Amino acid sequence: MGTGVIELESISYNYGGGELLSDVSLRLQPGSFHFLTGPSGAGKTTLLKLCYGALLPTAGRLMAFGEDIARLDRDQMALLRRRIGVVHQDCRFLDHMTLAENVALPLMVSGRAETGVQENLTELLGWVGLGSRLDSLPPELSGGERQRAALARAVILSPDVVLADEPTGNVDWEMSQRLLHLLVELNRMGKTVLIATHDLSLIRAAKSQVQARVLRISQRRIQLAGADL
Amino acid sequence: MSKGDIRNLLRRDQRADRVVPPTGFTAQLTLFVSGAMAFLAVFALALSLASGRLADRWASELAGAVTLRINAPLDQRAAQVEAALTVLQQTPGVASARALTDEEQAALLSPWFGSDLSLDTLPIPQLIEIIEGEPGLDAAGLRLRLGAEVPGAVLDDHTRWREPLVDAATSLRRLGLISILLIGGATAAMITLAANASLAANAQIIEVLRLVGARDRFIAGAFVRRFTYRALFGAAIGTLMGMSGVLLLPEASDAGGFLTGLGFQGVGWVLPVLIPVLGAVVAFLATWFAARRKLKELS
Repeated sequence: MGTGVIELESISYNYGGGELLSDVSLRLQPGSFHFLTGPSGAGKTTLLKLCYGALLPTAGRLMAFGEDIARLDRDQMALLRRRIGVVHQDCRFLDHMTLAENVALPLMVSGRAETGVQENLTELLGWVGLGSRLDSLPPELSGGERQRAALARAVILSPDVVLADEPTGNVDWEMSQRLLHLLVELNRMGKTVLIATHDLSLIRAAKSQVQARVLRISQRRIQLAGADL
Repeated sequence: MSKGDIRNLLRRDQRADRVVPPTGFTAQLTLFVSGAMAFLAVFALALSLASGRLADRWASELAGAVTLRINAPLDQRAAQVEAALTVLQQTPGVASARALTDEEQAALLSPWFGSDLSLDTLPIPQLIEIIEGEPGLDAAGLRLRLGAEVPGAVLDDHTRWREPLVDAATSLRRLGLISILLIGGATAAMITLAANASLAANAQIIEVLRLVGARDRFIAGAFVRRFTYRALFGAAIGTLMGMSGVLLLPEASDAGGFLTGLGFQGVGWVLPVLIPVLGAVVAFLATWFAARRKLKELS
């Protein structure tokens, strides 16, 4: 093993007494684009959570940027998460803060909120098509707007890896294509992208835009899929 | 934690402070507890300072005075008083000695027997007031000499009742200081509870902050600042109210005795100003430790 930004070595994860993932190995190469698919409850979200350290494997070793995640203390874990942007299925905003404040949250917590933030923020929100919603509160946004805002928040620190959990789960086809386009653009900027989705049409649509590797979680293990998609 | 860390934690950052919603019962609880405790601390401080003054006054006023009592039949009393005064004049450490007049003795007894007391009707001993000089009086030596030359003389250097009074005043001062410590401890406990409640209520916000890369120091800082400044504000109000209450107490007077001397005097008025600062320090430490513990639990 080596050279991957995130590497799972024979990972297992037990949940509620049962084994959800068993002997999973995966290496995300820098600048690669992956889809992770599988039926609901197969462990897609769990695998993403393992990748950004929200969960720790019950067996095996998980390396992120060459560091064994299990050996990181809380401060080191925080620094690691600044290198991994995550788009959650439920977006996870702070509802009492404006959209601009939510998107700028990673800058604020990393102490980079002072330098030219407003210009960058406006530019970033313009890129995801939310330039006019800076002062809106999260509950005032539609599902698609929330997903795009979550994507903006995930990339504001220019992370090396972007993980997206069902980013098109609550949006219509047109919006899902727009989100996919944004993720592809990020990949072209050199970011490693891993998208967990059960939406096969999204994967098919991506084929024309990016060279993606499609992984399927089935029976607690990861398999390479592709020909049938 | 270094001075720089403390300064950074306390530095106001409106954007960072907004990550914790500004509402909730913990805000009112912290304000009320800090205010009430500061109010009580002002009175405990006033009590402690007044007790200290009283102990010092009693100790200094009584330390330099000794009383000689002549218990003798009426026909021998004048001679024994004369002999005692002669002995006292020859005794080193006696600055002055004089027999109290009948009026002065009647005044001493008037609280118990009324002002129209006639000393002729009671077997009252003659009192001689002795003022000690420098160096002090050798009470044991004087007693021996008086025993030989003035058989009816009893020397009272006030030790018997001065010490319990000074002890009582010193104990009151100690109680006042213990009260202040207890008030500080109770404040710390209440603010710890409020901080824990606030941290638990905001567990989801903490989770989001962690997901976007916030370190414990950033998250704890947002809570520490909020509770410290609330406690400072509440304690300032409580202290002002307490000082106003002390100002309204009656002035110290002989007629009122101890209870009318409870206020602050001189530089003593500056001490209550420290109460809000101490309240803020207590809140800072209580919230810091509560946040560190809770964040560890939530990880």
